[in-house]
Amino acid sequence: MMNKSSPSVKNQSFIIEGASCASCVSKIEKVLHNLQGVDAVEMNFAQRTVSIDGNVNQASIIRSIQEIGYNAKPMDSESEQDALDEKAHADEAHYRDLMRNMYIALLVGVPLMLYGLFIGDMSVDTMNQRAVWFVVGLITLAVMVKTGNHFYRGAWQSFKNHSANMDTLIALGTGTAWIYSMVVIVAPAILPEMARHVYFEASAMILGLINLGLAFEVKARGRTSEAIQRLIGLQSKTARIVKDDKEIDVSISEVQLKDVIRVRPGEKVPVDGEICEGKTTVDESMLTGEPMPVSKASGDKIVAGSINKTGSVLFKATHVGKDTTLSHIINMVKRAQNSKPSIGRLADVISGYFVPIVMILAVLSGLAWLNIGPQPSIAYAIMAVTTVLIIACPCALGLATPMSIMVGIGKAAESGILIRNGEALQTASRITTMLLDKTGTITKGTPTVTDVILFNEHKEDDIMPLIASLESGSEHPLAEAILSYAADKQYKTSQVSDFDAITGRGVRGELNGERLLFGNQALMNQFDIDVSRGAEQAQTMANEAKTPMYFARGDMLSAIVAVSDPIKSDSVDAIERLKKKGVHLVMLTGDNETTAKAVAKRVGIDNFIAQVMPQDKVNEVIKHQQNGEVVGMTGDGINDAPALAQADVGFAIGTGTDVAIESADITLMRGSLHGLVDALAISQATIRNIKQNLLGAFIYNVGGIPIAAGLLYPIFGILLNPVIAGAAMAASSLTVVSNANRLRFFKAQKS
Amino acid sequence: MLYVNVLGIALIAAIVWWFWLYKPQQVASNNNQVNIVVNNGVYQPSNIKVNAGEKVNLRFDRQDAAPCAEMVIFPQLDISQELTMGTNNQLALPALEQGEYDFHCQMQMYKGKLIAK
Repeated sequence: MMNKSSPSVKNQSFIIEGASCASCVSKIEKVLHNLQGVDAVEMNFAQRTVSIDGNVNQASIIRSIQEIGYNAKPMDSESEQDALDEKAHADEAHYRDLMRNMYIALLVGVPLMLYGLFIGDMSVDTMNQRAVWFVVGLITLAVMVKTGNHFYRGAWQSFKNHSANMDTLIALGTGTAWIYSMVVIVAPAILPEMARHVYFEASAMILGLINLGLAFEVKARGRTSEAIQRLIGLQSKTARIVKDDKEIDVSISEVQLKDVIRVRPGEKVPVDGEICEGKTTVDESMLTGEPMPVSKASGDKIVAGSINKTGSVLFKATHVGKDTTLSHIINMVKRAQNSKPSIGRLADVISGYFVPIVMILAVLSGLAWLNIGPQPSIAYAIMAVTTVLIIACPCALGLATPMSIMVGIGKAAESGILIRNGEALQTASRITTMLLDKTGTITKGTPTVTDVILFNEHKEDDIMPLIASLESGSEHPLAEAILSYAADKQYKTSQVSDFDAITGRGVRGELNGERLLFGNQALMNQFDIDVSRGAEQAQTMANEAKTPMYFARGDMLSAIVAVSDPIKSDSVDAIERLKKKGVHLVMLTGDNETTAKAVAKRVGIDNFIAQVMPQDKVNEVIKHQQNGEVVGMTGDGINDAPALAQADVGFAIGTGTDVAIESADITLMRGSLHGLVDALAISQATIRNIKQNLLGAFIYNVGGIPIAAGLLYPIFGILLNPVIAGAAMAASSLTVVSNANRLRFFKAQKS
Repeated sequence: MLYVNVLGIALIAAIVWWFWLYKPQQVASNNNQVNIVVNNGVYQPSNIKVNAGEKVNLRFDRQDAAPCAEMVIFPQLDISQELTMGTNNQLALPALEQGEYDFHCQMQMYKGKLIAK
C-alpha cells in the first residue's frame, strides 16, 4: 500500500547495547557522524540511547554501530509498547498515591465536618477550646503536608517562576483557611467574637476531594488514549524470516527490506510486504474499518498489523520499522490527537490568564465582604476568598478541547478514518456541500466488460482475441477491462502491426493484413464505418451507465463491446445517509453526459457534472465556496488532488497510500462511502462533545466564581462552603474527561 | 478599614506586576540543546533563548506523575509530544524564525517560552 521506496528516515532513535563506558559515547557518535546524510547525533549514555537526525538508512546505522562492537536496536514498536507499559505503571502508582492521600485527608476532614454539623460548633471561646483546636490545627497541618505537599511545592515553584497554576489556587485556598483558623486560636483578641471560628475541616476536606478528583482523572485519562494503544498493540514483536530453507524467529526490529517472511493462519502480519507464495484471507479491519476479510494471493500487498486468517503465505518485506503503513497511521493519529481546532483557542487564551485573574477576584471579593458585608465580615471574607480560589481552577477549561479531540480522532482511526488535525475535524462537522468524484468513489473504479454484441455471424471466440490483441497496445483504462476479460476467458493475443492510438476516439492496427478498429462512434465515422445496425443497442447500453465501443474488422462493423464501472454495493445506502444529514451532493465525472446521468440516477444524486477535467473539479469547488458553502471533496486519487486541496475538507478515499495519508485532510482507509458518512458523524459528535465540555467548564469556572464570591447572599442568604467548592473543583476536570470518554461508545447510525 | 483596602489594592497591583508585567530572566541554550525538568508545576528552565535559524533539540525530564505534566505542546509550531516519566523524552524542533514560541501542557498549568534570536 505504501509507495515509499527509500528506507532512509529522519530523526531516528536507537537503543545501544554493550556500551558500558563513557568513552563508548564519543566512539559511537564519531562513527555515526561520518555516515553520509547524518546531520546531528546525540547519545544519552544514562539511557543507552542515541538519536540521529538526518536522511540516512536505518540498516547502515545499525551496521556501523555493529562494526565497532556494539549492538543497536531501533526504538520502534517494542520500545513504544514498553513506554506504554511504563506509563501504565506510573499512572497506577500515581493513582494509588492519590487515593492514599485522599483517605488520609478525609479521615481527618470528615469527622471534623460531622462534628461541626451535628455535635458542636467550631468556635473558639475558652482556653480549653483553644488548646484542643490547637492540637487539631497541628494534626491538620500534618495532613496538609502529607497529602498536599505536591501542591504547595508546585505553588512555590510556580511563584518563583512568575507563573500561577492549579497548585497556586489550592495552596492559597487551603493555606488561607488554615492560617485564619490558627490566628483565631493563637490570637483571638484581634478578631471580633463572632468571627472566632475555625475552618480546619475545609482545608482537609478540600485536599481529600481534590486528590480523589485527580485519582479519577488519572484513570479516565488512561482510557482516552485507548485507540492509540490498540493501534500500537497491533504491531507484532517478532517475525519468522525464511533464509536458506530455514525459518528463524527474529525481533521485529531486525527485519530488513526484501527479507522473505512466513506468516501462518491466526498470526499478525509483522511488516508491510508483497505475497510471493500462497493464498490467504486477511483481516484488515483494525486498519480500514472494513469488517470482511480480504482475499490475498501472490503479488498482492499485505500490511503490518493485519491478521492472516486462513492460509500460510510467504511474503517479501517492502516496508519495515517506521516506514510501515501502521507506523505512519500511528504517528499521524498521535499528531492529530494533539492538535487543536479553532473552537478551543478562546478557551486556551482564557485559561492562560485565568489564575492571576482569579487571585485578583478573590482579593476583590474579600474586600467587598469586609467593606459592605454583615458581621462577622472578616469570617465571611475569609470564606469567600477561600471558596473563590478553590472553585476557579481552570483545569476543566484547559482540558475541554484536547480530551474530546483525543478520543474523537482515536475513535475515527478505529473505523479506518484518518483525520489529519483538529481543524479538519471541526470543518468537516460544518460541511454543507459534498462533491463526489464518480470513478473509484461511487463506482468501484475497475471497469469490466458487461456485454459483447456480435454482427455478421461472428463468434465471440473469433472476435474477442482480435480486440484484445489490439487493446494490448493501449494504455487507456478501458483497455484493462478488455484485457482482463480476455485473460479470464484465456483468449490468446497476437502482435498487431501499424498500431495507432487516436486520442479521444480509440485504437487502430493491422493483423494478418486486415485493418482493425476499436473505439467510439467518432472513430467509426472517421473511417466511414456504418454503425447504424448497432446504434439503438449502443444507446440502450449508455442509458444503463455502460460505455459502448465499436469494433470494425476491415470495413464492416463486427461487434459492440460494452464496458461498465460497477457501482459499489453500498454506495446507494451511503448516499442516502449523506442526504439525510442534509448535505447537498454533486457528482463529478469525466464520463459522457448519458453515462453520468444514468449513474447519478441509480445512486440517487440529483446534481451531476459530466465531462469534467481535473481543473474543472477545482473550479466547481471554488464556485460552491463562493456561494458561501462549506465544501467537502471526496476523491480517490492523484487526479483529484487539486480539488481535494482546494476544498474546505478533502477526503481521500480507499487508497491508504502514504501520499494520501500525508496530504488529504481526511483519509478513508476503506473504499466504502459509508466511511465518509461516518467521518462526518464522528466530527459532528466530537465538536458537540467539545461544546458540552466548554459549557460545563464555563459553568464550573465562570459561573462558580460569582456564587463563591457571595453574589447569591444578598438575595438568598447563600454563601458557598469551601468544601463544596473543593468538591466542585474535583468534579470539573473529571466531568470533562468522563464526557470526552463517552465518545468512545459513539456508533455512527447505518441505514 | 482604609489600611485593609489599601493593602488589598496593593496586593492586586503586586499580582499584576509579578505574574504579567515582570519579565523573567532568560536562560541561554547550549548549542540549541536544552534539558528541561518537568516537576512541581513548572518547566525549569522555562524562559529559554535559542539561536534562530538552527534546529533545536529539547530533552524533557519528567519527574512529575501528575496528569497535567504528561503532554508538552508548542501551539505555534503545531507540535506536541507525550512525556513519559524520566529523561527519555527527546523533541527535535525545526530551525525557528526569530520570535517567541510558547510551550505548555494540555491544561496550560505548565508554561514556558522559547525565544529565538
